[in-house]
Amino acid sequence: MEEKKVILDIRNFSVSFEQYEKGFRKTGLPVIRNLDVTIREGEMVAVVGSSGSGKSLLAHGILGILPYNATMGGELVYDGELLTKERQKALRGNEIVLVPQSVAFLDPLMKIGPQIRKGKKDQASREKLNGIFEGYHLKNEVQELYPFELSGGMNRRVLVSTAMMGNPRLVIADEPTPGLHMAMVRRVMSHFRELADQGAGVLLITHDLEQALEVADRVVVFYAGTTVEDADAKDFRSEETLRHPYSKALWRALPQNGFQFIRGTQPYVKDLPEGCPFGPRCEWYTEACKGEISCREVRGGRVRCVRAV
Amino acid sequence: MVLEAKNISFQYGRDTKQILENFSLRMESHERVGIVAPSGFGKTTFCKILSGYEKPDGGEVLLDGKPLSSYGRYCPVQMIWQHPEQVVNPRLRMREVLKQGDEIEEYIVEGLGIEEDWKNRFPAEISGGEMQRFCIARALGRRTRFLLADEISTMLDLITQSQIWSFLIGEVERREIGLLAVSHSMPLLESVCTRIIDLEHL
Ligand SMILES: Nc1ncnc2c1ncn2[C@@H]1O[C@H](COP(=O)(O)OP(=O)(O)O)[C@@H](O)[C@H]1O
Ligand code: SF4
Ligand SMILES: [Mg+2]
Repeated sequence: MEEKKVILDIRNFSVSFEQYEKGFRKTGLPVIRNLDVTIREGEMVAVVGSSGSGKSLLAHGILGILPYNATMGGELVYDGELLTKERQKALRGNEIVLVPQSVAFLDPLMKIGPQIRKGKKDQASREKLNGIFEGYHLKNEVQELYPFELSGGMNRRVLVSTAMMGNPRLVIADEPTPGLHMAMVRRVMSHFRELADQGAGVLLITHDLEQALEVADRVVVFYAGTTVEDADAKDFRSEETLRHPYSKALWRALPQNGFQFIRGTQPYVKDLPEGCPFGPRCEWYTEACKGEISCREVRGGRVRCVRAV
Repeated sequence: MVLEAKNISFQYGRDTKQILENFSLRMESHERVGIVAPSGFGKTTFCKILSGYEKPDGGEVLLDGKPLSSYGRYCPVQMIWQHPEQVVNPRLRMREVLKQGDEIEEYIVEGLGIEEDWKNRFPAEISGGEMQRFCIARALGRRTRFLLADEISTMLDLITQSQIWSFLIGEVERREIGLLAVSHSMPLLESVCTRIIDLEHL
């Protein structure tokens, strides 16, 4: 099989926050560490992690819209070249689009229609938007309204429409469906899938593994700020085909596999254990898990675990 | 005990669509009933009626043959909401929220993984998953006989979801509480319930 072209290569990516504690400046609370993700043309990659674990920061890092007190490390390579601040700015909203988690990303002072069309007034843009709105059960009149005049669910569909408007090469969807009805969730997901099938790369960031498995080609499992496994979506059909103990735990927690769960919670970045972040919950834990754990290739996937085979 | 909805009809206002029409359901406390239907079909509305939050236009809800109102201030039919933040007073600390219902035994709070320092926080200071655990605990008061779980785990990650469900299943079995679970996930209902009702294809 021919290797598809890599659109975005995220290498050893990190985000940390400057912290002030008791009047002293304390730099570097690392919220994301050693994160590697590759997105190819025509591919939909899901990053799955629990809510509040810092997944949005990954999206914001790629687009260059991290908050001012955040520091980014590692490399982002887009289309074979380093993704610099200037390039991020130039590509943002055109080649690279974000479907943000929060509806607060809509401009409150701009009517919906012009906002999504980015000021374009030509007939083709108008017709395209009308078509997209129809698919999402949004009346054309909505284009004449301001975000505050819409319900949460409507604003969310507006946000998704933004991604469908241009011809994006890379779509970053950050928890794009909360509060939407199931049927609408399916529709949104199938539209992302279509974008990928037309050649775009899609990065879906979500807490919902079941949703991810329905549409994504690959699943990257995110735990305590880092990627622990990068697997083909098919690998989630059985426990044996998965590599990392946490991915296996996710598998066992699925309802059809009997709601078996592991004790404990994900550690906060402030009190990460030494060595493997999953260590305290891991039944395979040994001496070797006390050091820095690097990523390895195992059976065609990648895993951050010393004992995975 | 037996919970019965008899010929329930309901609409939210005069000129709005009829949501439930002559709908009946009977379940016993040893049962775990799953409900599936498309969004907007009236699942949440039905739960609200079954737990006394909404009065039906026609028909009645009976618990062991008697109307819910005859059971006093604490309703033995308790509902857990899909969006728990909507039914929690934002000005109360979680510790007080827990005390709003019936007496709750400590092992429930522990079993649901509620941590001591969450109790001192206000609703805005905890995550959706943490909030949902408090609301489940609150619904499991001593006098609860039926529990209505309306899409309670859609917002939760898998491990949290499985912790909550395995606790709930154990608890309703042990106390013989009847469970009505609404969900769009068939695998979930199939592993939780003893019978599943598809409202759309009755
Ligand atoms: N408070 C309300 N006022 C008016 N209409 C409502 C209200 N709550 C729900 N509805 C409408 O009633 C219908 C059924 O809603 P609901 O019971 O929430 O369905 P489900 O839980 O199956 O998704 C929907 O069309 C919804 O828009
Ligand atoms: S590195 Fe060690 S502790 Fe971490 S997941 Fe692997 S076996 Fe478990
Ligand atoms: Mg509902």
